[in-house]
Order: sequence, then C-alpha cells, then structure tokens
Amino acid sequence: MSIQVKNLKHIYEKGMPTEQIALDNISFDIKDGELVGIIGHTGSGKSTLLQHLNGLLKADEGNIIIGDIDITKPGVSMVQIRKRIGLVFQYPEYQLFEETVAKDVAFGPKNLGLSEKEIDERVREAIDLVGLDFEEIGERSPFELSGGQKRRVAIAGVVAMRPEVLILDEPTAGLDPKAHKDVLKMVRDVHEKTGNITILVSHNMADIANLSDKVIVIDSGKLVTLGTPKEVFSKKEVLRGVGLELPPITAFTEELRERGLQISDTILDVDEAVTEISKYLAKEE
Amino acid sequence: MIRDITLGQYFSGESLIHKLDPRVKIIGTMLFIIELFIVDNFLGFLVAAVALGTVIAISKVPLSYIVRGLKPILFILFFTFALNIFMIQGEVIWQWKFLHITKEGINVAVFMAIRLFLLIIGSSLLTLCTRPISLTDGIERLLSPFKKIGLPSHEIAMMMTIALRFIPTLLEETDKIMKAQQARGADFESGNLIQRAKSLIPILVPLFISAFRIAQDLAMAMEARCYRGGENRTRMNEMKFKRRDYMAFALQTLFLGIIILEARLF
Repeated sequence: MSIQVKNLKHIYEKGMPTEQIALDNISFDIKDGELVGIIGHTGSGKSTLLQHLNGLLKADEGNIIIGDIDITKPGVSMVQIRKRIGLVFQYPEYQLFEETVAKDVAFGPKNLGLSEKEIDERVREAIDLVGLDFEEIGERSPFELSGGQKRRVAIAGVVAMRPEVLILDEPTAGLDPKAHKDVLKMVRDVHEKTGNITILVSHNMADIANLSDKVIVIDSGKLVTLGTPKEVFSKKEVLRGVGLELPPITAFTEELRERGLQISDTILDVDEAVTEISKYLAKEE
Repeated sequence: MIRDITLGQYFSGESLIHKLDPRVKIIGTMLFIIELFIVDNFLGFLVAAVALGTVIAISKVPLSYIVRGLKPILFILFFTFALNIFMIQGEVIWQWKFLHITKEGINVAVFMAIRLFLLIIGSSLLTLCTRPISLTDGIERLLSPFKKIGLPSHEIAMMMTIALRFIPTLLEETDKIMKAQQARGADFESGNLIQRAKSLIPILVPLFISAFRIAQDLAMAMEARCYRGGENRTRMNEMKFKRRDYMAFALQTLFLGIIILEARLF
C-alpha cells in the first residue's frame, strides 16, 4: 500500500465570484508504513487535502493513487475507499452518538458488514489500542467520559475499521497537557502495532518533529517543502516565511549554535540536545 | 440540498423596499395576506398579482431567486390542488371509478392554488428584503404595546434573532458531522425509508448535543456581557418613520380600499 498524489488541484465554489483555489499543484508520495506529518498555517489547505485522500472531496485536477486504484477516476466506489482509509476529523468526540462506548466504536465495523463476533473482537482490540480498558468503560455512556477519553474513544471508532491508512486531523487540539501526551503516545502505538500508513496534521512542531518519518509543509494551497524532519526543520527561513516556527528545542539549540557553541545542527529532541551539550561542556573543560 | 431553500432568507440590496422601516413592511405583508382572503374572484387576484409584481420589480430581487425558494413548498401546492379538484361536489365533467372532477372543483382548485402562490411569494418577499435583525426589531416594536398585558416582546424578538442567526451555524455543523460519519462508513443514500430514517440517528444525536453546547456557550457569553432582557434597554439604531414610510402606509391603505371595493362590486 502506498499513496501517490500528483498535481492535485481543488477550487472551492468554482465559477462563482467567491471562487478560491484551496489546493494548487500538490504532488507527493507516501511509502508503506510511513508516518507522515503535515504542517501549515490555519487555512493553508491541510484539511482540504485530507478530505481528498478519502474521497469526501473531489479533485478538480490531478490524480490520487492509493495502492493500485486511482480514486480520481470516475466510477470508483468511494465507500470502498473509505473502508481502507480512516479519517479522524478535528474534535472527533463531537461525532459520538451511541448509548455505550462499545456500541459507538462498533458503528464503523458494523457498516463494513462484519459478523457479530468479528465486530466484538475489533471493538475490544481498538479500545485496547487507544490505551483504554474495555472492561472498565465498554458499557459506559461515551458522554460521561473525560475530554481526553472521549477523544480516544472517537479515534478507536475509526481504528476499529482497521484502515490501511489512518489520517488524523489535529488529534491533540484543545486537550490538556496530559491528555495531549497520551493521545500522541496512542498515535505512535497504533502506528507501530498496525504498521499502517499514518498521516498526522498538527500545529505542534515538536510533535511532528518527534513522530514523523516525513514532513510535508503546505502554505496557501501550495506545497512549500517536504523531506525528513531533519531536512525540513533545517530550513528555518523557509518555515518562518510561511508563518511556522521551529520546535522549541531546535530553536534553543540553534540559538546556542549562533552564540558559538559547537554542537550538531537541527537537533529535534531533548535527549539529543542533552547529549550534545554535555559533550560540548566536557570538551570545554 | 438544504442550501437551496431561500424561504426566510435575506437577499441583500439597496432598493427602496429594502430601506423601508421594517414595521411598515410587516404590517404591509399582513395586510396583503388579509387582502388575499378578502378577494373572492379572479379579477381581484389579478389586481393583487400586479401590485405584488410592482413591489418585486422595485425590490430588484431576481424573480428566479424567489421562484427557487418555492420549490420545497411546491408539494403542498400540488397536494391542495389535487384535494380540491377531486373532493368538491357539483357538475361532473370527468369520471374514472371513484375519482371525479367537477366544474366547481377545477374552479376552487385553481382559485386556491393562486391564493397560496401569492401568499407564499408575498410573505417570502418580506424576509428577502429585510435583514433578520431589523425584522425582529420591527416585531419587537410592534408587539411592545402588548407588554402591558404581560407579553415578553423583547424576549420573543431576541429568541427569533438567535434562531435565525444560528441556521447557518447548524448547517455547517450538520455538514461536519455527516462527513465524520461517512468517514466511518455511514451510508445515508441507500436503503428503504425506515433504514434511511435510522441512518439519521448518528447525525441527529451529535447535532442535538452540539446545539445544546452552542446554546450554553451563547447564554454564558451574553450573561458575561450583562445581558438581562429588554427592561430599560436602549438601542444603537432607533427606528423612526420617514416620509417614504408614511407614503408606503398611504399606498397600503389605498390598496386595501381597492381590494374591498373590488370584492363588493364584482
């Protein structure tokens, strides 16, 4: 399974005076098993792009090839595509509706037309994967859970469909620091255990830097740059130009480098920074 | 689909009709509705239609836009037409088994259809040419004499304003929830009536919860800004009758006279 996006273009309200180009000539490849981070300013077209990947929006130009199917070709069954590509929207807890957590998580698998046994199995597995306890919350109402738990239940609802591609649109938005950390850990766990492609949109540069194999930067509907986190976050000026910042730890170590500390460039996590700085201090002494 | 409904929507413009005081327009619309029920022959409808046509022409609202808003109520129009045409007794001119059409039936059916048609266009013109805010302001002022008998006119107007304000918000919310459920494999388009009705539950439950959440947030925000109802509340734009408003009143009264006279004479 891989994803290829070629020269994708999308225009909102085409032909109207309020016409707006939301995506312009976007091309990228995603290989099997990759965790891809997408970053961009608010209104840059990230959400529009995500909705194309599972067929909720139709491209005006260009192709999206998922596996061996070009989903932009006419006659492709979007229902089939959505079974393989799970999309978790922003604030997914607002889509919860069932009486119990177990029933809500079962909604997706049920729509796939699976047997009762298979549904039950997948519900348990999904709730477990997102780090919750089925025995404890399975029969409770989703509306009496905490914010972070609700969000994880909602994500479990998509994970239970066992998508080959899991897309998450700002899964940590509006959560407190602990829930934020839990959800991120969950994203990583689900990715590692299922080995699927995961696409993560976030405003938090540190999260993207730590989790992704590949980073895509979008601004005003155009692809600005793409590459490994190291490659992307070494282009400080490019990122600043589109209103994005470096992850805090990277900004800190870059500042140290500017002041003459000889440490390696584009450090993306705290542990690496600690090692580098102690190495430098030891040398100084 | 939902977006096509223009009934109750505002069409922004700068015409004379748009600028009239909302009270004049509300009273005018009510008079027009009463007039349609005074009329008892086709000539009267012709007079009313010409008057309505003139107002539409002055308002500069495209006719196609008004007609598009009629689509959702076309069904009611056909339904009453069919009921009238088959149910009324009289001189039979066509018969098939238990169904029969009478001369009187056709007469009444056409009559009622025209009346409904003018009624709907007339009243939709009110909302097309009046901003929701000024419309509710007008209603508040018109209802204010009834405050003495305990009618909460300000509160009623405020509720209407809020309801109108949140139509687009709830539409957007519905769109979001529908997409989220579609992404979980929900299917709203196929199946029989019962299956389709059931498939609405995953949309309606989150929608209701959202609506309550929005209402609560709004109430909190209003209270934080010390809103406490209409008592002693002043407004930024005071409504004042201008010359054009008195002229419009005069024309409305004149037209009422014509309609009554026409009904008497013919």
